[in-house]
Amino acid sequence: MRDVRDALYVARNTDGKLVRRPMSPHLQIWRWPIAMAVSITHRVTGVGLGIGTLLLTWWLVAAATSDAAFDFIQWFLGTPIGIFVLFCWTLSLLLHLCSGIRHLAWDAGFGFEPQAYRLTSWIVYAVGIAATVLIWIVGLVIW
Amino acid sequence: MSDTSRSPRVDMRRSPLGRARGLGAAHSGSATWWAHTLSSIALVPLTLWFICGMVRMVGASRDDVVAWLSRPLPLVLMLVLLLMTFHHMKLGLETVVEDYIHQPVARLTMLLSIKAVTLLLGLACIVSVLRIGL
Repeated sequence: MRDVRDALYVARNTDGKLVRRPMSPHLQIWRWPIAMAVSITHRVTGVGLGIGTLLLTWWLVAAATSDAAFDFIQWFLGTPIGIFVLFCWTLSLLLHLCSGIRHLAWDAGFGFEPQAYRLTSWIVYAVGIAATVLIWIVGLVIW
Repeated sequence: MSDTSRSPRVDMRRSPLGRARGLGAAHSGSATWWAHTLSSIALVPLTLWFICGMVRMVGASRDDVVAWLSRPLPLVLMLVLLLMTFHHMKLGLETVVEDYIHQPVARLTMLLSIKAVTLLLGLACIVSVLRIGL
């Protein structure tokens, strides 16, 4: 028993035998309240956007390098895979932005009541998805 | 005895100095949270500007990008956006690793990698933008 957290799980049952105490239910056991979903979405999209900066870096470096390099990434972004990646990137950015604005509101002391919490959770998803669709309609019209 | 029962008493196992510093087990204060919050405030308008800029760059040629970033305002906004984005990203990714990765070697490796990768990517972006714009 090297880990102190493991040691805390050891107890005696009614027979006096040493047993490992059960853990509380883990993530997959709980019902998914909307607030939990938004919180997890915020983290997942945050990490996703971190990976997405590779794409931004590639785009900017290509634009600084040569016509051929830039034409290649513009071609890649027009392929089905490129479009899929860009769409996920836009959606992640908008969801993270909306959820982030809600975080700022919390930091200012607003929106902690359970009802407001649930309502703003739905608003984060609705605005994030609607704005993504809107941006893509505008983008495709320009294209 | 009656005197001590009336005067306020702090019943915690912390030294007065520790309480005055108010830093707790993390050994550092709210500086990281504050930096994260400040960068997110800056990123709200910058991200909206960035999205508008990127939508206009759909199917653009390299000359279009050069023309866009050669103007002073887009150039400055793009540089600020990159600084804030990579700063915010570093803090965010570090928080995720600190929360979920407990194995010391993996934790330190990932924390150092995040610092290195964000610095390298951020500098690559900034140098590229400066080369395009200047």
